[in-house]
Amino acid sequence: MQKMIDIPRQVLVEEELMQPGMTSCQGCAAPISMKIALKALGERTVVVLPACCFAVFVGGYPYSSLKVPIIHCPFETAAVVASGAAAALDVRGEKDVVVMAWAGDGGTFDIGMQALSGAAERNENILFVCYDNEAYMNTGIQRSSATPMGAWTTTTPAGSIKEESKKDIEQIMLAHHISYMATASAAYPDDMFRKFKKARQITGMKFIHLLSACPPGWRIDPANSIQVMRMATQSNVFPIYEVSKLRFSKDNQRFEEDWEYTINVFPERKVSVKAYLKSQGRFGLITDEMIDYTQKKVDRKWNELVQKQNNRISL
Amino acid sequence: MGVISAYPITPQTTIVEELSEMCASKDLDARFIKVESEHSAMAALIGAATTGVRTFTATSGNGLLLMHEVLHWTAGARLPIVMANVNRAVSGVWNIWAEQTDSLAQRDTGWIQIYCESSQELLDAVIMAYKLAEKVMLPVMIAYDAFFLSHTTEIVDIPDADLVDRFIPPYVPPVSLNFDEPRMFGGFFATDYFYEHRYTLQQATHEALRYYPEVCREFHGVFGRAYGLVETCQTEDAEVILVTAGAITSVSRIAIDKLRAKGERVGLMKLRMFRPIPVDCWRDVLGKARKVVVIDRNMSVGLGGVFASEIRSALYASDNRPPIYSVIAGLGGRDVTPEDVEGILNHVLTHDKPSDEPLFWGLKQ
Repeated sequence: MQKMIDIPRQVLVEEELMQPGMTSCQGCAAPISMKIALKALGERTVVVLPACCFAVFVGGYPYSSLKVPIIHCPFETAAVVASGAAAALDVRGEKDVVVMAWAGDGGTFDIGMQALSGAAERNENILFVCYDNEAYMNTGIQRSSATPMGAWTTTTPAGSIKEESKKDIEQIMLAHHISYMATASAAYPDDMFRKFKKARQITGMKFIHLLSACPPGWRIDPANSIQVMRMATQSNVFPIYEVSKLRFSKDNQRFEEDWEYTINVFPERKVSVKAYLKSQGRFGLITDEMIDYTQKKVDRKWNELVQKQNNRISL
Repeated sequence: MGVISAYPITPQTTIVEELSEMCASKDLDARFIKVESEHSAMAALIGAATTGVRTFTATSGNGLLLMHEVLHWTAGARLPIVMANVNRAVSGVWNIWAEQTDSLAQRDTGWIQIYCESSQELLDAVIMAYKLAEKVMLPVMIAYDAFFLSHTTEIVDIPDADLVDRFIPPYVPPVSLNFDEPRMFGGFFATDYFYEHRYTLQQATHEALRYYPEVCREFHGVFGRAYGLVETCQTEDAEVILVTAGAITSVSRIAIDKLRAKGERVGLMKLRMFRPIPVDCWRDVLGKARKVVVIDRNMSVGLGGVFASEIRSALYASDNRPPIYSVIAGLGGRDVTPEDVEGILNHVLTHDKPSDEPLFWGLKQ
């Protein structure tokens, strides 16, 4: 069995750019993720926040729990507001600043998709982070296109639990030929830290997809959110990997559309998809057929990922 | 200029093309973000203007409607963005020609609105808009008619760039995004602050009303062309004052002259600033007339002409309240000729009272 590879164990920097006073729910993975992200990105970071849980619990006027500038923006505009800020900072000659849009799955997969697609196609020099808690949690647990099959939400209640699969945002972003795409989870903080460090060094569009446990929405004990996120990766439901665009080089005749897939976390002990799903109350009504279907889908995606890593295949 | 962001829409397209050329050739030192929608065009400027650079966009009709949410946001965030809007009809059937319903549907957003009659006025208004916007920290929309202005040519005096630079010195935002003193922009305002925030927005519009005449005086001093909150023409002794906005004003001038030659005491007031409403100015000019007639190339469905309605409201608390004749004409770019305006004025001269309903001039039966 392969263990986690290629992750130099890091001591995360001591500097804290996130301060106490944040009003998120207990066990919410989003502030943990932000804390790690800002440690990696440093103080010359601009955070762009669309409507989402984070925009609320970061602090209402006149308080802020982040020690970096924040630009709040309408729900569907995170990617383009970040693009505008990045362009203006470039005009101002502040070349070492990174602009990070930080959106939930609604502001990424759904209402934010058009602006995100536009920014990705233009290869704007921004870092777009989706903290994906797999439903509209800010408005009280309604389904999104990131909600997995079989999940209960307030708009997919008993009798009509979600039948559709989660949208594959990672492939959508890669189809835009962006500069860097990675998945990460606060259950693997050193991997996450390294990816934000790496993204900071890359010019152009970067996209990081974070799984972000939501105890009230997932119907889990707040004390278990890291454990459940770890199970998501150990069951291959949420593989931790990264994709870098390889630039054209005369030596090896690679083209810009070549991609380097690196799987960063291999399951240490096999956790079944069923065990992951059954660890959360939101999947209490899932059918055996849905579990079976999800297991097959997860296996296929994992095999494809391994193949892509080994073969360095194009999109 | 710092950042331009725009999405093409007929009849604004020539602006996007020309600015692209100017940015490509470096005649204009600006970054042009070629976004995927008008909503994004305005949203990109949230990021750019918050970061403290000068910004510009242009749109028209449906594009402006798509921006609606972001118009509220940019005004509420007190961002001094300048936008040109080519007035174009909006409706459930397509029409790309002149009508002011698009910009008038944005009148509650907090954007300052200035309507223009000619290309020269449009150019001058954009220059003055930056001075106004950056003083009162409100966005400014310059509106002008589709095709009648957007697709006709006119000899225009382009002011010397150095003079313009002196007129609008480099923009220094009162509160800027920086890393020594990191701030949160546009955050969550709960019930304890939001109401006061809205009040300050209203106060800023009063400041705009006070400051704009000063901007116009200074512009006149440097560039020699005079503007104001409104423009009047032969109103001093006028019994009937015609109120117009945009390109219809030009044909109205011909009609006014013709009727004056026949001995009719008619005059013209051209609306320039419409938000905020220059109430005192309107009352001063119109209060002296026996009758006021307003031509609206727009319609608030279920109400009628928007300008007529707002002028009625502005005069209500005034001692001098001439009757307001409301005329809707030229919707969807239908031509309004000097003869039409003459006909409208003759109608007003020969009718003692306005009807309750607006007069739809030139409607086919």
